[in-house]
Amino acid sequence: MTTQTQATMLKQLLLRRDAYIYYIFLIVLSFFAVLLHDTAFLSLDNLLNIVRQTTPVTVMAVALCFALAVGHIDLSIGAVVAVSALVAALLLPQYGVLVATLAALGLGAAVGFINGLLTEKLQVSSLLITLGTMSVLAGVARQLTGMESVPVLHDGFIFWFGGGELWGIPTLLLWTVAVALLGYLLLNKLRFGRHLLAVGGQPQAARAMGIALQRLRVQALMISATGAALAGLLYAGRLQGARYTLGEADLLTVIAAVAIGGTSLFGGRVCIFGAVLGSWLMGMINNGLILSGFSTNEQMVARGVILIVAVAIGVREVKRG
Amino acid sequence: MVRNALGQSALEIRQLGKSFGAVQALKDVSFSIQKGEVVALLGDNGAGKTTLVRCLAGIHQADQGEVLFNGNKVVLDTPQQARALGIETVFQDLAMVPEFDIPANLFLNREILSKNPLLRAIGWLDKAAMERQARKSLHRLNSRMADFAAPVQSLSGGQRQAIAIARAVNWGADLVIMDEPTAALGVEQSAQVNALIRLISSQGVAVLLISHNMQHVLETCDRAVVLYQGRSVADVALSDVSKEQLVALITGAAVAA
Repeated sequence: MTTQTQATMLKQLLLRRDAYIYYIFLIVLSFFAVLLHDTAFLSLDNLLNIVRQTTPVTVMAVALCFALAVGHIDLSIGAVVAVSALVAALLLPQYGVLVATLAALGLGAAVGFINGLLTEKLQVSSLLITLGTMSVLAGVARQLTGMESVPVLHDGFIFWFGGGELWGIPTLLLWTVAVALLGYLLLNKLRFGRHLLAVGGQPQAARAMGIALQRLRVQALMISATGAALAGLLYAGRLQGARYTLGEADLLTVIAAVAIGGTSLFGGRVCIFGAVLGSWLMGMINNGLILSGFSTNEQMVARGVILIVAVAIGVREVKRG
Repeated sequence: MVRNALGQSALEIRQLGKSFGAVQALKDVSFSIQKGEVVALLGDNGAGKTTLVRCLAGIHQADQGEVLFNGNKVVLDTPQQARALGIETVFQDLAMVPEFDIPANLFLNREILSKNPLLRAIGWLDKAAMERQARKSLHRLNSRMADFAAPVQSLSGGQRQAIAIARAVNWGADLVIMDEPTAALGVEQSAQVNALIRLISSQGVAVLLISHNMQHVLETCDRAVVLYQGRSVADVALSDVSKEQLVALITGAAVAA
């Protein structure tokens, strides 16, 4: 291989459309590392803590990538988190880990199925349908326990979805790795993922080639809602309790994480590892802002700005493409 | 008209009709195409060309008449049925995913899966095999593509057209229907596509070509079928007619006279 082809390959790698997440990540990391050099920000403990705390957001981000792949958006994910966590917490004492987990995940899948079915049957944008289901579920979450929190005392559940360790590795980290890997394989290595991307990239082409658009779009929304339900379990496990506010603030974080990670908000282009890194970026920014003494109000401002910047980059890409 | 050459007929359409509500889009359309023949489908806007193509592609279902393919009466209820029979349609938009590379588009919904039975069961793609096969089939059509991994949106219109045609031929089509294949192309690329059409017809593939470009039709096709207000009003060998006569048939001037 000549140096010239090596140089062009390097250039291609550096200019990849999903590459800017890596630069942003490194810039923000070094920025906080310098700014917070007298705190524990750059310690392995703190970084690992960020990854652990961000796990539910990471899972939601990967799951949302599936909805975005087919050209949908899923606004109900935040509310699914709360309902799933509450349902699991309520079922745990009587029925145990397996039933509580399956019920919560099944609920997520059912919500996704309804989202998908309504979107297809009514021919309305998923934005509006999931906005509706979001409100319905938020109401259900409040109603379910009269806005009370439900404690989770089940050791097994806390082990699997919260503070446990397997082979010395925190289970939350394992969830992150497993979900990211699964998402990557589904979208990049399997026919299923390729068809999802075809549906989102050019629906007419997918239809002309005989791909079942409706079924794939419903399945994509089922995956995004099921992922959100898993995120609910991970919150309940880590916080050892469930509350209707869980996941409430996550929707924007997740969308920002996914968008800045190089996934198109308009369908057809997905970058799973970008979404994971994007979620870590959001977690890092939150953590850095807290350590710098900023309030949650200011964090909200930061999240909003990041989303707009990410979308601005994404839209520019679309226009150039 | 009864076409001879027993067993050589690729497609035969008899009294095909199709209505959308009160609108009769096709009425009594009859013609046939033989193997290796390139037939032009002509007609003004709204004459029913697109409806006819969509009926043959299995997107619309004709409500009258019958279609014989390779001598057998066939049902074309879905695009999959049409394709399974060997009728491939190259649509004007080429039915390609712009973000996908050449092999991904060539094998869209007909992906080659891993040979490992376990991986195969979950739909694991064999990307290397698809790229090999893509190179082979484009090579057979004398199309040179520099970068198989580049998204097709970065290719020229002529190259994309070639890929779409290669995809049709790749699937063993006996009949390839093309909707305005050169509409968006420059002179040189049009010539390449014409050459490609002649090449696949020389390999025994029947081609039904929809075009507004008279020059293109006269250069490429053997015969022309003209639709006027949903009816087939002419079926002529292009060596027998002039451009002016064709235009008169298309505009209905020849029918009225």
